[in-house]
Amino acid sequence: MTDITPEQTGSNRSRSSTELVRQSLARRNRKQKVLQGFGIAAIFFALSMLVILVGSLISTGYPAFTQTHVELEVFVDPEEVDTENLSRGNYDDMIAASLGAYFPDVDMSSRIASREVTQVLSSGAQLKLRDRVLADPSLIGETITIKVPASDNFDQLNKGLIKRDTPEENRRLNDAAIANFDTLDAAGVISAPLNTTLITSADSRFPELAGLKGALVGSFWALLVCFVISFPLGIGAAIYLEEFAPKNRLSDIIEININNLAAVPSVVFGLLALAVFLNWFGMPRSAPIVGGLTLALMTLPTIIIATRAALKAVPPSIREAALGVGASKQQVVFHHVLPLAMPGILTGTIIGMAQALGETAPLLLIGMNAFITSAPSGPFDSATALPTQIFIWADSPERGFVSRTSAAILVLLTFLIFMNAIAIYLRSRFERKW
Amino acid sequence: MYDVPHGRNEVAVTDVKITARNVQVYYGDTHAIKDVNVEIESNTVTAFIGPSGCGKSTFLRCINRMNDTIDICRVEGDIRIDGDDIYDKRVDPVQLRAKVGMVFQKPNPFPKSIYDNVAYGPKIHGMARNKAELDDIVERALRRGAIWDEVKDRLQSPGTGLSGGQQQRLCIARAVATEPEVLLMDEPCSALDPIATAQVEELIDELRQNYAVVIVTHSMQQAARVSQKTAFFHLGNLVEYDDTTKIFTNPEDSRTESYITGRIG
Repeated sequence: MTDITPEQTGSNRSRSSTELVRQSLARRNRKQKVLQGFGIAAIFFALSMLVILVGSLISTGYPAFTQTHVELEVFVDPEEVDTENLSRGNYDDMIAASLGAYFPDVDMSSRIASREVTQVLSSGAQLKLRDRVLADPSLIGETITIKVPASDNFDQLNKGLIKRDTPEENRRLNDAAIANFDTLDAAGVISAPLNTTLITSADSRFPELAGLKGALVGSFWALLVCFVISFPLGIGAAIYLEEFAPKNRLSDIIEININNLAAVPSVVFGLLALAVFLNWFGMPRSAPIVGGLTLALMTLPTIIIATRAALKAVPPSIREAALGVGASKQQVVFHHVLPLAMPGILTGTIIGMAQALGETAPLLLIGMNAFITSAPSGPFDSATALPTQIFIWADSPERGFVSRTSAAILVLLTFLIFMNAIAIYLRSRFERKW
Repeated sequence: MYDVPHGRNEVAVTDVKITARNVQVYYGDTHAIKDVNVEIESNTVTAFIGPSGCGKSTFLRCINRMNDTIDICRVEGDIRIDGDDIYDKRVDPVQLRAKVGMVFQKPNPFPKSIYDNVAYGPKIHGMARNKAELDDIVERALRRGAIWDEVKDRLQSPGTGLSGGQQQRLCIARAVATEPEVLLMDEPCSALDPIATAQVEELIDELRQNYAVVIVTHSMQQAARVSQKTAFFHLGNLVEYDDTTKIFTNPEDSRTESYITGRIG
């Protein structure tokens, strides 16, 4: 009897422990389900926010991708053109005259009367005609067909953003103006082609003439300067810190400071650049070179941290193998470790660059939010950048800039998505399993 | 006890290649190697055996100054190869490592082609004047590594694509490509299956014609099979160093006996 008892208790205990597990199992599974539920809810929330963001950008921004144009038959009157200096001529009168053909009742020789009609057109219309004549002086004396942009208000009307059923006193356009537009529309000369101005022109006070060329070129130069400075410097610093620097208190302090630098608000870098590059070195204001330098300061810590992580991820067995056949420390790093770390370094660099592309605050402080109507021809010219252009447009009162701001944000996002896609591609393409 | 084949373990008349005198190794405050004295002979396979953490790998890594790369590691005493102090200030570890090749526990080919794996050492040491010479060196090394026949048709395919045993033999070929005089092997078969192990062991026996081979192993059978001399390490001390046959049949120290009979370790 006494011999059997311990066995019995043993089997009892084992049975009860299975029982216990079974009892707790339901609770554990429930907990896991709840956690998973929260996770799915969080992802769903994040995704819906993204959809709302992009959706609202697209719905506000898409009208900016077309621009209302008016097609005119213009007689290039030799009497109105100064043959000595082609850029000086009464091109606006020629435009007005051709527009008058559709309005026989209006006396186009009267400034005030004609103004009622010509306000349909952008003030850039005459410049467009001038540029055509300048490019080809043989057009003088001919009648040419030219498509000129409509002014912003009529563009808004055509896109339905200025509503006809709004009471006249609350509308930006009075009934007469709308009637004039409808006359042109009935004549079939109104069209809304793709708004190439958005990419091919620099900034303008008039929304229908404003484009992102200056900002795109400015951002390009700034990023180029940023890359040329931060990439070699960042990799050099990371290699030294990771592979060669003695591990002591000083290198610890440097490491902590680099990590802190990555967390410094970007506006602080802007103030630093303002004090050092502009006031002390006397570099040109609003220039992409200064923007690039400022962005390089910000990107450096990102690149250093990414590079160090990538170098650290190269397994020690590769270093040992190279050391074992008699490679020097420097050969180990440059022949083996660095090439293997390169995909990680490039990924980090591209992400740092994408961050720099979207950075606004430091550029505002060094004056890259100036109003500049031509694209820079080099890094020393005044320019804006994409995010500062968005900032300027968002601040502009004209109705046309509302959609153009969203359109510019979409352009910026496209670039960012493109850069991140490259980073993801590099990561997956060159990912190595050890 | 162990089936020690005769003949293989016979000690030829040899001269001393490596002399270690009063070697102490410290990792920070830990005294990892205590007063080790040993003489390693050329054209001999010397096995270091002992329980985990006894310092056999640490001592092995002193011979090509691999421990230099560890910041907190400090080596004292005197290690000489052919009478030259390898810890002398004038000795460049790079030069030393070209003379003392090393094969590691886990096969670690470079993620490059088989050819480049073997050619890398000779290239950085400037051992070949032209492509033809380099080709010769690579072929000779791969033949010595007993892997030439298996890879001669795919020298440009990546070394990491080979099987574990082939990778290890490629690493041996890489180590012998720089014409070393001593070959250190740190548990070269611990990541290999029995068949690959047998191939590598056979190779080790062939390599002894040209080099002084020092092998660290966890497997006493392996030590008995491939080595002529065996050193038993315990807790940082070199307990016993003698002919392999003697160590495995008639050890002098009681700790050695306990280890090889499986009572400690």
